[in-house]
Amino acid sequence: MTAVVPTSRLLAGWALDGRPEDLATHHRRHGPLPELGLDALADRVDAAGLRGRGGGGFPTARKLRAVAAHRRRPVVVANGCEGEPASQKDAALLACAPHLVLDGLVLAGRALGATTAILAVHTAGHLREQLAMRNDPIPIDLREVPARYVASEETALVRFLSGGPATPTTSPPRPAERGVRGLPTLVDNVETLAQLALVARYGPEWFRSVGTPDLPGTLLVTAGGAIASPGVVEVPGGTPVRAVLDRAGGPTEPVQAVLSGGYGGAWLPVSAIDTPLTHAALRRAGSSLGVPILLALPARSCGLAQTAHLLHYLALQSAGQCGPCRFGLPAVTADLTAIACGTRDAHDAHARLLRRLDVVTGRGACALPDGAVRLARSAVTVFGTDLRHHLRGRPCVGAGDGPYFPLEAR
Amino acid sequence: MSAPERRLRVDPTACTAHGLCADLLPEHVELDEWGYPILADRPVAPGELRSARAAVAACPTLALRLAPRDR
Repeated sequence: MTAVVPTSRLLAGWALDGRPEDLATHHRRHGPLPELGLDALADRVDAAGLRGRGGGGFPTARKLRAVAAHRRRPVVVANGCEGEPASQKDAALLACAPHLVLDGLVLAGRALGATTAILAVHTAGHLREQLAMRNDPIPIDLREVPARYVASEETALVRFLSGGPATPTTSPPRPAERGVRGLPTLVDNVETLAQLALVARYGPEWFRSVGTPDLPGTLLVTAGGAIASPGVVEVPGGTPVRAVLDRAGGPTEPVQAVLSGGYGGAWLPVSAIDTPLTHAALRRAGSSLGVPILLALPARSCGLAQTAHLLHYLALQSAGQCGPCRFGLPAVTADLTAIACGTRDAHDAHARLLRRLDVVTGRGACALPDGAVRLARSAVTVFGTDLRHHLRGRPCVGAGDGPYFPLEAR
Repeated sequence: MSAPERRLRVDPTACTAHGLCADLLPEHVELDEWGYPILADRPVAPGELRSARAAVAACPTLALRLAPRDR
């Protein structure tokens, strides 16, 4: 076991008394909202090294400045849609510390001179009451977005908030140039904005006092699969995968691999379980941080069959707008399923799969097909020994099992 | 100064796999097994501009365009 010092920043209130933080408690803990102009805020966020927590890991200060570079008054959007079925961290944050998110939205909106601020979520729930308690300089519009995988992608969100369907659009233009109703738009993940609210109050040195140079501060990770207490944990950037799983109660049975970064992420073999949670380290290990989700796969499961279930889900989630995604994802799902079942066609399916993975990637409007390809490629590598057995007509014992991980958007 | 480098771009949400681009500009476009274009990863050479423009003009869904390098 690796010793971990629990670090609670975003979830400090929750860690203390297990209760969602209302506005009065929030103010007692964090004090009033500081007044920061664009340069002061962007400089602080830049010095803190804050990177987006929605999956892309883009530097938050650069995004702020990109939106500010346009002359028209922008729109700011807090993206709490969380399309990854296994992810719960945005919902947990909005449940436990909604006012930190709203503070971040107001700070960004005020610094950018925005007249419209939007909090986009799947289910408004208690957020309407929380919003009603506040007296913000910019009105915050609470919008419910359809619960669908691609709806949380930023161009899809912008399209929906402009009155269209919640499906991705071709970019460029990026939302920073032309977003909601044609206005320059800042779309930041809700955790990113909550972190921004902490950076604005406590400064970059405080922020960097935990984490790594590559990923300073804390991050919220959803841990699931074969562990004792699945759920959301807040850990410093750079915490090893094993330590995060231990924070969530540790494995309940032997684990063969960990899926990192959501269903568009990649498998990490159990031999790499000490990889630190940073963008660079996970990339080097052949996986990705993506949306921070760590799912432990039991040794008794068939990694190939489980990947086929996930690919099937991703194929169903395609908006069907781009041919390579619409036709390619069902095709690669069928190929991997044939391999997983160890059918007589498995050898041909393997050759087809490898060829199709090369063809499908990079050819959609959004990252859905790329994520599906990343997942499939990592399965072929990480479960390579199993794959050879399957091709010889000897599939794993668990090859016939149903999906082990959740496949419904929450 | 030489003319700016141009690249072919396809809007994947607009393309419906008519495939005319591959007929008119086979040196840049091949079709995948579902009939959707795969573009060569290189700029359009000056000598290819004419046929590239013809392919862009022929696209029934206006999905194909010639763009400056970085777009």
